[in-house]
Amino acid sequence: MSAGRVARYALLIALALVLSYVELLVPLSVVVPGVKLGLPNLVIVFALYRLGARDAWIISLVRVVLVSVMFSNAFAMMYSICGTVLSLTLMSLLIKTGRFSTVGVSVAGGVAHNIGQILCAMLLLSTSRIAYYLPVLLVSGTLAGVLIGIASGLLVERVKTDPQR
Amino acid sequence: MKDWSKAVKRRKNDLILIFAALLLAAALWGALAVFRSEGAYALVTVNGEEYGRYALDKDTQQSIISGEHSNLLAISEGGARISEADCPDKLCVNQGEIRYSGQSIICLPHKVVVEIVGGERSNIDAVVR
Repeated sequence: MSAGRVARYALLIALALVLSYVELLVPLSVVVPGVKLGLPNLVIVFALYRLGARDAWIISLVRVVLVSVMFSNAFAMMYSICGTVLSLTLMSLLIKTGRFSTVGVSVAGGVAHNIGQILCAMLLLSTSRIAYYLPVLLVSGTLAGVLIGIASGLLVERVKTDPQR
Repeated sequence: MKDWSKAVKRRKNDLILIFAALLLAAALWGALAVFRSEGAYALVTVNGEEYGRYALDKDTQQSIISGEHSNLLAISEGGARISEADCPDKLCVNQGEIRYSGQSIICLPHKVVVEIVGGERSNIDAVVR
Protein backbone atom coordinates (compact mmCIF):
# COMPACT_ATOMS: atom_id res chain seq x y z
CA MET A 1 0.00 0.00 0.00
CA SER A 2 1.49 3.32 -1.03
CA ALA A 3 1.96 6.16 1.42
CA GLY A 4 -0.49 8.24 -0.57
CA ARG A 5 -3.13 5.59 -0.16
CA VAL A 6 -2.58 5.32 3.56
CA ALA A 7 -2.81 9.08 3.90
CA ARG A 8 -6.02 9.16 1.89
CA TYR A 9 -7.65 6.45 4.00
CA ALA A 10 -6.56 8.25 7.15
CA LEU A 11 -7.98 11.54 5.94
CA LEU A 12 -11.33 10.13 4.88
CA ILE A 13 -11.77 7.90 7.93
CA ALA A 14 -10.97 10.83 10.20
CA LEU A 15 -13.49 12.93 8.30
CA ALA A 16 -16.15 10.23 8.59
CA LEU A 17 -15.44 9.95 12.33
CA VAL A 18 -15.82 13.67 12.86
CA LEU A 19 -19.10 13.62 10.96
CA SER A 20 -20.30 10.69 13.08
CA TYR A 21 -19.52 12.74 16.16
CA VAL A 22 -21.26 15.84 14.81
CA GLU A 23 -24.28 13.66 14.12
CA LEU A 24 -24.36 12.56 17.78
CA LEU A 25 -24.59 16.23 18.76
CA VAL A 26 -27.84 16.55 16.80
CA PRO A 27 -30.15 14.24 18.77
CA LEU A 28 -32.70 13.46 16.06
CA SER A 29 -33.22 9.94 17.33
CA VAL A 30 -34.92 11.23 20.49
CA VAL A 31 -38.18 11.25 18.53
CA VAL A 32 -37.88 7.80 16.99
CA PRO A 33 -34.88 5.56 17.64
CA GLY A 34 -32.71 5.20 14.57
CA VAL A 35 -33.62 8.47 12.89
CA LYS A 36 -30.45 10.24 11.83
CA LEU A 37 -28.99 12.43 9.16
CA GLY A 38 -26.33 10.02 7.96
CA LEU A 39 -23.62 12.66 7.67
CA PRO A 40 -20.80 10.07 7.38
CA ASN A 41 -22.50 8.89 4.21
CA LEU A 42 -21.16 12.07 2.59
CA VAL A 43 -17.68 10.59 2.82
CA ILE A 44 -18.84 7.14 1.74
CA VAL A 45 -20.71 8.36 -1.35
CA PHE A 46 -17.73 10.50 -2.26
CA ALA A 47 -15.40 7.51 -1.88
CA LEU A 48 -17.70 5.29 -3.96
CA TYR A 49 -17.67 7.75 -6.86
CA ARG A 50 -14.15 9.07 -6.70
CA LEU A 51 -12.09 6.16 -5.33
CA GLY A 52 -14.07 3.00 -5.99
CA ALA A 53 -16.05 0.38 -4.12
CA ARG A 54 -13.09 -1.27 -2.37
CA ASP A 55 -11.91 1.95 -0.73
CA ALA A 56 -15.45 2.85 0.27
CA TRP A 57 -15.86 -0.53 1.98
CA ILE A 58 -12.59 -0.16 3.89
CA ILE A 59 -13.39 3.38 5.01
CA SER A 60 -16.92 2.64 6.15
CA LEU A 61 -16.16 -0.61 7.97
CA VAL A 62 -13.24 0.96 9.84
CA ARG A 63 -15.50 3.90 10.67
CA VAL A 64 -18.26 1.67 12.06
CA VAL A 65 -15.85 -0.24 14.28
CA LEU A 66 -14.15 2.90 15.58
CA VAL A 67 -17.41 4.77 16.21
CA SER A 68 -18.84 1.79 18.09
CA VAL A 69 -15.74 1.44 20.23
CA MET A 70 -15.70 5.15 21.05
CA PHE A 71 -19.37 6.08 21.40
CA SER A 72 -21.52 2.97 21.83
CA ASN A 73 -21.38 -0.79 22.38
CA ALA A 74 -21.06 -4.16 20.70
CA PHE A 75 -24.79 -4.43 20.09
CA ALA A 76 -24.97 -1.10 18.35
CA MET A 77 -21.97 -2.19 16.30
CA MET A 78 -23.85 -5.20 14.97
CA TYR A 79 -26.78 -3.03 13.94
CA SER A 80 -24.46 -0.57 12.26
CA ILE A 81 -22.57 -3.27 10.41
CA CYS A 82 -25.79 -4.81 9.06
CA GLY A 83 -26.97 -1.38 7.94
CA THR A 84 -23.62 -0.49 6.40
CA VAL A 85 -23.24 -3.75 4.48
CA LEU A 86 -26.72 -3.53 2.96
CA SER A 87 -26.37 0.16 2.24
CA LEU A 88 -22.95 -0.11 0.57
CA THR A 89 -23.97 -3.13 -1.51
CA LEU A 90 -27.03 -1.34 -2.85
CA MET A 91 -25.20 1.92 -3.48
CA SER A 92 -22.39 0.26 -5.45
CA LEU A 93 -24.94 -1.64 -7.54
CA LEU A 94 -26.89 1.53 -8.33
CA ILE A 95 -23.72 3.39 -9.27
CA LYS A 96 -22.78 0.53 -11.60
CA THR A 97 -26.08 0.84 -13.46
CA GLY A 98 -25.21 4.49 -14.11
CA ARG A 99 -28.88 5.40 -14.09
CA PHE A 100 -28.99 7.37 -10.88
CA SER A 101 -27.39 10.58 -9.66
CA THR A 102 -25.82 10.90 -6.21
CA VAL A 103 -29.28 11.76 -4.88
CA GLY A 104 -30.81 8.44 -5.94
CA VAL A 105 -27.76 6.52 -4.78
CA SER A 106 -27.72 8.19 -1.39
CA VAL A 107 -31.49 7.76 -0.88
CA ALA A 108 -31.13 4.03 -1.60
CA GLY A 109 -28.19 3.95 0.80
CA GLY A 110 -30.09 5.68 3.60
CA VAL A 111 -33.17 3.50 3.22
CA ALA A 112 -31.08 0.32 2.97
CA HIS A 113 -29.12 1.29 6.07
CA ASN A 114 -32.32 1.62 8.10
CA ILE A 115 -33.79 -1.62 6.76
CA GLY A 116 -30.55 -3.45 7.52
CA GLN A 117 -30.55 -2.18 11.10
CA ILE A 118 -34.18 -3.19 11.64
CA LEU A 119 -33.57 -6.67 10.19
CA CYS A 120 -30.56 -7.08 12.45
CA ALA A 121 -32.53 -5.92 15.51
CA MET A 122 -35.32 -8.35 14.62
CA LEU A 123 -32.83 -11.21 14.57
CA LEU A 124 -30.94 -10.20 17.72
CA LEU A 125 -34.01 -9.47 19.82
CA SER A 126 -36.02 -12.23 18.10
CA THR A 127 -39.12 -10.12 17.72
CA SER A 128 -40.78 -8.95 14.50
CA ARG A 129 -42.50 -6.11 16.32
CA ILE A 130 -39.77 -3.61 15.56
CA ALA A 131 -41.22 -3.48 12.05
CA TYR A 132 -43.44 -0.76 13.51
CA TYR A 133 -40.51 1.62 13.22
CA LEU A 134 -39.97 0.88 9.55
CA PRO A 135 -42.44 3.35 7.99
CA VAL A 136 -40.96 6.27 9.92
CA LEU A 137 -37.42 5.12 9.25
CA LEU A 138 -38.11 4.75 5.53
CA VAL A 139 -39.37 8.33 5.32
CA SER A 140 -36.54 9.73 7.43
CA GLY A 141 -34.00 7.69 5.48
CA THR A 142 -35.35 9.09 2.23
CA LEU A 143 -35.28 12.71 3.40
CA ALA A 144 -31.79 12.38 4.84
CA GLY A 145 -30.73 10.60 1.64
CA VAL A 146 -31.91 13.49 -0.52
CA LEU A 147 -29.98 16.05 1.55
CA ILE A 148 -26.80 13.97 1.69
CA GLY A 149 -27.19 13.16 -2.02
CA ILE A 150 -27.31 16.81 -3.02
CA ALA A 151 -24.32 17.66 -0.82
CA SER A 152 -22.23 14.70 -1.98
CA GLY A 153 -23.12 15.49 -5.59
CA LEU A 154 -21.45 18.86 -5.16
CA LEU A 155 -18.43 17.21 -3.55
CA VAL A 156 -18.05 14.55 -6.24
CA GLU A 157 -18.27 17.19 -8.92
CA ARG A 158 -15.74 19.58 -7.42
CA VAL A 159 -13.14 17.50 -5.63
CA LYS A 160 -11.03 15.61 -8.13
CA THR A 161 -8.82 12.75 -7.09
CA ASP A 162 -6.56 10.34 -8.86
CA PRO A 163 -7.30 6.82 -7.62
CA GLN A 164 -4.00 5.52 -9.03
CA ARG A 165 -1.92 7.43 -6.57
CA MET B 1 -26.10 17.47 -25.37
CA LYS B 2 -25.87 13.77 -24.60
CA ASP B 3 -24.60 14.44 -21.09
CA TRP B 4 -27.48 16.75 -20.54
CA SER B 5 -30.16 14.20 -21.49
CA LYS B 6 -28.43 11.60 -19.34
CA ALA B 7 -28.59 13.94 -16.37
CA VAL B 8 -32.30 14.51 -16.93
CA LYS B 9 -32.87 10.76 -17.15
CA ARG B 10 -30.99 10.29 -13.88
CA ARG B 11 -33.03 12.97 -12.18
CA LYS B 12 -36.17 11.17 -13.32
CA ASN B 13 -34.92 7.81 -12.01
CA ASP B 14 -34.00 9.50 -8.71
CA LEU B 15 -37.53 10.80 -8.36
CA ILE B 16 -39.01 7.37 -9.13
CA LEU B 17 -36.76 5.85 -6.47
CA ILE B 18 -37.73 8.47 -3.86
CA PHE B 19 -41.40 8.03 -4.70
CA ALA B 20 -41.11 4.23 -4.42
CA ALA B 21 -39.49 4.49 -0.98
CA LEU B 22 -42.21 6.85 0.28
CA LEU B 23 -44.92 4.63 -1.22
CA LEU B 24 -43.44 1.60 0.54
CA ALA B 25 -43.46 3.53 3.83
CA ALA B 26 -47.10 4.55 3.33
CA ALA B 27 -48.14 1.00 2.41
CA LEU B 28 -46.38 -0.44 5.47
CA TRP B 29 -47.88 2.19 7.73
CA GLY B 30 -51.34 1.51 6.31
CA ALA B 31 -50.98 -2.24 6.73
CA LEU B 32 -49.80 -1.85 10.33
CA ALA B 33 -52.66 0.55 11.13
CA VAL B 34 -55.33 -1.74 9.65
CA PHE B 35 -54.19 -4.78 11.59
CA ARG B 36 -53.84 -3.11 14.96
CA SER B 37 -56.15 -3.73 17.90
CA GLU B 38 -56.04 -2.91 21.59
CA GLY B 39 -54.05 -5.46 23.56
CA ALA B 40 -54.72 -7.21 26.84
CA TYR B 41 -51.25 -7.62 28.37
CA ALA B 42 -47.90 -5.94 28.43
CA LEU B 43 -45.36 -8.71 27.97
CA VAL B 44 -41.92 -7.82 29.31
CA THR B 45 -38.86 -9.70 28.12
CA VAL B 46 -35.33 -9.14 29.32
CA ASN B 47 -32.49 -10.55 27.27
CA GLY B 48 -35.00 -12.51 25.17
CA GLU B 49 -36.48 -14.29 28.19
CA GLU B 50 -39.93 -13.60 29.58
CA TYR B 51 -39.79 -11.41 32.68
CA GLY B 52 -43.50 -11.01 33.32
CA ARG B 53 -46.87 -10.08 31.86
CA TYR B 54 -49.07 -7.38 33.26
CA ALA B 55 -52.77 -6.86 32.50
CA LEU B 56 -53.49 -3.53 30.85
CA ASP B 57 -56.88 -3.07 32.53
CA LYS B 58 -55.30 -2.62 35.97
CA ASP B 59 -53.30 0.51 36.70
CA THR B 60 -49.95 -0.42 38.18
CA GLN B 61 -46.23 0.32 38.35
CA GLN B 62 -43.59 -2.37 37.99
CA SER B 63 -39.84 -2.16 38.36
CA ILE B 64 -37.99 -4.20 35.77
CA ILE B 65 -34.63 -5.06 37.22
CA SER B 66 -31.95 -6.72 35.11
CA GLY B 67 -28.56 -6.87 36.76
CA GLU B 68 -27.77 -3.32 37.82
CA HIS B 69 -30.17 -1.82 35.29
CA SER B 70 -33.72 -0.81 36.06
CA ASN B 71 -36.69 0.43 34.07
CA LEU B 72 -40.01 1.46 35.60
CA LEU B 73 -43.06 0.20 33.70
CA ALA B 74 -46.24 2.19 34.31
CA ILE B 75 -49.65 0.94 33.21
CA SER B 76 -52.57 3.31 33.25
CA GLU B 77 -55.88 3.52 31.37
CA GLY B 78 -55.10 0.60 29.10
CA GLY B 79 -51.69 1.87 27.98
CA ALA B 80 -48.16 1.00 29.03
CA ARG B 81 -45.08 3.16 29.10
CA ILE B 82 -41.61 3.25 30.61
CA SER B 83 -41.80 6.16 33.03
CA GLU B 84 -38.27 5.98 34.39
CA ALA B 85 -35.04 4.29 33.34
CA ASP B 86 -31.37 4.53 34.23
CA CYS B 87 -30.15 3.88 30.69
CA PRO B 88 -27.95 6.56 29.12
CA ASP B 89 -30.12 7.49 26.14
CA LYS B 90 -33.66 7.42 27.65
CA LEU B 91 -35.09 6.45 24.26
CA CYS B 92 -37.53 4.05 25.95
CA VAL B 93 -38.89 6.83 28.16
CA ASN B 94 -39.21 9.24 25.25
CA GLN B 95 -41.13 6.70 23.24
CA GLY B 96 -44.27 7.35 25.25
CA GLU B 97 -47.26 5.11 25.58
CA ILE B 98 -48.21 1.93 23.73
CA ARG B 99 -51.63 0.25 23.76
CA TYR B 100 -52.16 -1.62 20.50
CA SER B 101 -51.41 -5.29 19.98
CA GLY B 102 -47.92 -5.72 18.58
CA GLN B 103 -46.60 -2.31 19.59
CA SER B 104 -43.43 -2.36 21.60
CA ILE B 105 -40.99 -0.26 23.56
CA ILE B 106 -37.41 -1.36 23.37
CA CYS B 107 -34.60 -0.35 25.66
CA LEU B 108 -31.55 -1.43 23.69
CA PRO B 109 -28.91 -0.77 26.37
CA HIS B 110 -30.80 -2.94 28.91
CA LYS B 111 -32.17 -5.38 26.31
CA VAL B 112 -35.64 -4.86 27.73
CA VAL B 113 -38.62 -5.27 25.41
CA VAL B 114 -42.15 -4.33 26.43
CA GLU B 115 -44.67 -5.70 23.98
CA ILE B 116 -48.44 -5.48 23.88
CA VAL B 117 -50.03 -8.91 23.36
CA GLY B 118 -53.43 -10.57 23.44
CA GLY B 119 -56.80 -8.98 23.00
CA GLU B 120 -58.88 -8.96 19.87
CA ARG B 121 -56.85 -10.03 16.87
CA SER B 122 -58.58 -7.80 14.35
CA ASN B 123 -61.89 -6.17 13.54
CA ILE B 124 -62.80 -8.96 11.13
CA ASP B 125 -62.47 -11.59 13.85
CA ALA B 126 -64.69 -9.56 16.14
CA VAL B 127 -67.48 -9.55 13.53
CA VAL B 128 -67.24 -13.31 13.01
CA ARG B 129 -67.54 -13.94 16.71
